[in-house]
Formats: sequence, C-alpha cells, structure tokens
Amino acid sequence: MDDKTGDKDGITRRGFLGTASLWAVVLSSLTLLAGIFRMSKADVYYEKSRRFKIGRPENFPVGTVKKLDDKRVFIFSDNDGLYAVSSVCTHLGCIVNAVDWGFMCPCHGSKFNRDGRVISGPAPRNLPWFRITRHIDGNLVVDAGREIKTGTKFKV
Amino acid sequence: MNQPGMDKFRENLRNIKGSFAASLLRTKRPISGRSRAAVMLNNFFLHIQGVRTNVNTLRPAYTFGLGLVSLFLLFFTTVSGILLMIYYNPSTGDAYNSVKDITYVVFAGRLMRNMHKWAGEGMIIFVMLHMARVFYTGSYSRPREFNWLVGIMLLTLTFVLNLSGYMLPWDQLSYWALVIVSNIIQSSKELTDALGITPYFDIGGMAKEFFLGGTVPGKATLIRVYFLHIMLLPILLFIFLGVHFWRIRKDGGLSRPAGAVEKSVFSWPDLLRAEAAVFMLCLAGVLVYSFYVDAPLREMANPLIPENPAKAPWYFLGLQEMVSYSAFTGGIAAPALAILGLALIPYLDREEGHAGVWFSGRQGMITALQSLLAGAVVLAGLLAFVIRFGWFRNWWPDVPQILIIMVNPAGIWVAFVALWSLRVIKKTGSTRMGAIALFTMFLVSYVMFTYVGTELRGPNWEFYWMKSRWPVH
Repeated sequence: MDDKTGDKDGITRRGFLGTASLWAVVLSSLTLLAGIFRMSKADVYYEKSRRFKIGRPENFPVGTVKKLDDKRVFIFSDNDGLYAVSSVCTHLGCIVNAVDWGFMCPCHGSKFNRDGRVISGPAPRNLPWFRITRHIDGNLVVDAGREIKTGTKFKV
Repeated sequence: MNQPGMDKFRENLRNIKGSFAASLLRTKRPISGRSRAAVMLNNFFLHIQGVRTNVNTLRPAYTFGLGLVSLFLLFFTTVSGILLMIYYNPSTGDAYNSVKDITYVVFAGRLMRNMHKWAGEGMIIFVMLHMARVFYTGSYSRPREFNWLVGIMLLTLTFVLNLSGYMLPWDQLSYWALVIVSNIIQSSKELTDALGITPYFDIGGMAKEFFLGGTVPGKATLIRVYFLHIMLLPILLFIFLGVHFWRIRKDGGLSRPAGAVEKSVFSWPDLLRAEAAVFMLCLAGVLVYSFYVDAPLREMANPLIPENPAKAPWYFLGLQEMVSYSAFTGGIAAPALAILGLALIPYLDREEGHAGVWFSGRQGMITALQSLLAGAVVLAGLLAFVIRFGWFRNWWPDVPQILIIMVNPAGIWVAFVALWSLRVIKKTGSTRMGAIALFTMFLVSYVMFTYVGTELRGPNWEFYWMKSRWPVH
C-alpha cells in the first residue's frame, strides 16, 4: 500500500520514466539516422529524361535496325511493327552490340537472341523491351522507364 | 658596456638552442633511464607508445614491421593526396583534364600522383599481410579480439578508399569500373528478379541509385565519390586507426609467447630507431617505385564506348570473377560470408596459449600447408572446370536463374571452405587449427580469384593465358 505507483511486476514510476526516456533517445537517434540517409538519396537526377522522341514512323521503314547510343536502345522495324529493345546488358550494364544472331555483350560475354532473351553468359535477365507510343505531333516516343512484355510491337 | 639587460639578452640568444629544445621536449637530454622514460611520456606524438618496449616486439621476424609499413603508406597517401587536391577538380567536365595537368604540367605532379596511387594500393597489400601476421601469430586471441574487428574495419575502409579514388580521374578505367561497381552494388536484384518481386521491392536498384545519385554514372556520382574519398572515409579511417592504436596499448602491447622471459628495453631510442628505419625504407620504396612506374590514365570517360574487357580495379577483380558466375552470390553473399567469417574467428576460437608463436607451432604449420595445397588444388580445379565447360546456362539455356544463384562455383567454393575448416576442427580437436585452415583458404581464394580476374580474363571475360594473346580490336 506504500508504493502506489508500482504494480506486482515491480514497474515503478521512476523505472518507467527511465526506460521511456532511454527509448526516446534510441528512437530519435534512429529517426535522425534515417533522415541523414534520406537526405543523401538524390531527389534531383541530372540526367536526360527516360522518355524521348525518336522521330516519325516514316523514318523507320521495315528492316530498320537503329542503335541509339546516347539513349541506350535499339529500334527495330519489321512487318509486325516497331519495337525498342534496351542496349544495356542486364549483367553489369555494359552496352551490347547487335550481331546477326542477336546481341552480344563485350564485357562478360553474355549472349542474347534477336528478341533479347538470354542465350548464354552471366546475364541474369532478358534485355527489356520498352513501350513505344505516338505523340500528338506524330513523333514516336520511347519510354525507357516502362518495360513491356517481350514481343509487344507497335503497329504503325 | 656594463648593462645587465643587454647581458641577459646576449646570454639568452646564446642559449636559444638549448632552451628551445627543453621547451619542446619538456625534459632533459634522454640519456638516463629516467629522462628516456620522461621523453616518451612528455611528448604528444611519443606518448602513444609505451616507455619500455618488450624485446619480442622489436624482433623483425616477429612483425616484419607490416603494421608500421601500412601506417607510413597511409601517411604518404595523405600528404600526396592533400597536394593533389590543390589541382584536382571534381566535375565531369574538368576532372580528367585536371588529372592530365597534374600528370603532365604541374611540377612534381606526376610523382605525387604516382605516390598517391602506389602507396594507396600498397596499403591493400600490406594491410592484408599485416592481418596475416596477426592471424598466424595467434594475436587475435583474448584480450585482443576487439582489435581484430577494428582491423577488419580498417581493411574494409582501405579497400573502399582505394576504390573511390580509382573513380576520380574520370577516364575510361574510372567510368567502366564505376559501371561494374554500381552493378555489383545492385547485385541483389538478381535474387529479387528470380523471385519475381523486383517491381515491388527493388532493393538492389535502390542501393545503386543511392550510390550513383542517378540511374547512370554522372556528375552527381563523381561528387559523391569525391566526398567519400576525401571526407567521409578518411575521417572514419583515422577514427578507427586511433581506436586500433589505443587498443594495442590497452591490450598489453604486441602479443608475445606466454612463457617467454619478460625482457624490455627503453623505447627511446630502440623502438624509435626501428620505426625510423622502417619509415626510411618505406619512403625509399615508394619514391623509387613511383619514379619509374606511372599510374595509368586512359582516354576521357565515354559512356558510349565500353572498355573491353571492362574491369574493376585489380583488388576487386576476384569479386568480379565471382560476380560473373552469379551477381548475388559473388557480389553479396560470398563477400558478406568472408567478412563475417573473418570477424567471428576470435569469438569461435577461444583457445588460450597460442599467441606469440608463428602458426602456433608445428601442427599449425602443417595445417596451414595442407589447407594451402588442398585449397589451391580444389579451387584451381573448380576454376578450370568453369573455364573449360561453363556452367548451367551453357548446358541448359532455359535454366531458372534461382538455380544458378543457389548452385554456382562461388557458392560451392564457400561451402567447401566451411566444410574443410569444420573437418580440421573435428580431426585435430582444436578450434585454432580450424581457424588456421579457414584463414589460409581465405587468402588462397583472394589471391587466386584475383589472379584469374586480372591476368586470365580478356575481352568478353573470356579465358586467355596471356594478355598478349588478346585479339586486337
């Protein structure tokens, strides 16, 4: 009856406040740390937009193979339509070369078939295909931020 | 001329050498035992060391001065690095040209850049040799377990500091090493891809963008790497170095055989003389090497023309070789297990009485030799198999990636090392012998993977016996 602040487990007011303040220190430190990391994560990317125009469909007659080096994509055109395949190797990010049977990475020898599927080498995934749309001004737009299913072609 | 003031002045002028020395050293000439002790205690730079030094510490064949060499190399990189900062400009447009100016225009710039590079890379070698010395003399055992951990931290920092410096010239080597490294950082993506959860939880991609400050290496990346190289990592390194030295003293100085006679000498002059000798040898070595061998500088970074082969700096090529089997295993799992294994050694082997003797005697030497031979043969066989026959993807092109993540040469090797070490513990009944086996195999794998990645991998990461056989392109 003397100690009105304590219960059977022996939690005293002093003990409770001590534990609570200790956890306050821990939690605020962790929050600060999280804030430091969040601040270090860039919110502004000084890069070109991942959506870009590639010109009008007439510039890509059937049979075209165009390597857009600075955009890191290949643009192909065949009877079924246009499609954009990433030229960035999925292994370590080197730029792949187009060869007659598909693609070949010069860094670690990954090989991909003409659809960008891995044939051999260390690449863990297929070369992604990107969405192509038509802008209102008639130009084609590739969105390298949007992967689509391999084989999806853009009908002109 | 009987002027007391002028007499005093002349007297002081005559004695200026002696009085300055006394004010500097705060003590008399260190010729007696008492003054030799006082000079060590009373000097800021000397008080870090004990007044007396055990004779075992001074035996060249016990330490080979490897820790000291690492420290002096760090000193050279610091001085030359500060000088390089006068001219270096960390922007993608100017970095390459400023390094070129340092190399070809600035007075002694080429020598300073070479010294910075070679002393820094020398640190990797000497820190690892120092670690091997500490390990094989059993110096990690109680009460020095924690300092072993600090040492591993210092080794890691040495690696990362070297790596961040490699990016700064912004030439083709820097850029493509950056590509390789950022993708090693991303390597957990292989696992999330195989599990099909990348669109929801892309931790690899997040880590990569956090490091690069973008999706591809660019100007945000260069300033980040520069900040790491000249600010964050050096601060961490010097803090941990301070702890490392402090713990050496607190843990009772350098390790020595338990039963040996405790004979010590005054640190002034014996210890200081030995240290000065190592310093001079180091300086001479670095200067001569830097005078004759130039740090490489290729063409300016060009994101459109990959180097072939694109390689990380040599000290990371063992990692890159493993990453070529499986990004997740080689880039995350294997190195994490290696560091964890090294860190746990003093806590899993708590046998007493092994400190101070190389290899803890004859049995340890035999264990080390056996592990060296077995490790070298098995790893060479494994590497030869992979090089000759390839792996799952070459046999079954449609094999699920998760299978390669789970079963690949790097993983098999790590499992072999673990099993071998456990077998040694079982056979000898000694955890110290198991530790020797584990550490020896760690050294074997570092050397062999690095050798394969550096010397035997050519364009397209294909196998060549010699660089001269690489195809021309």
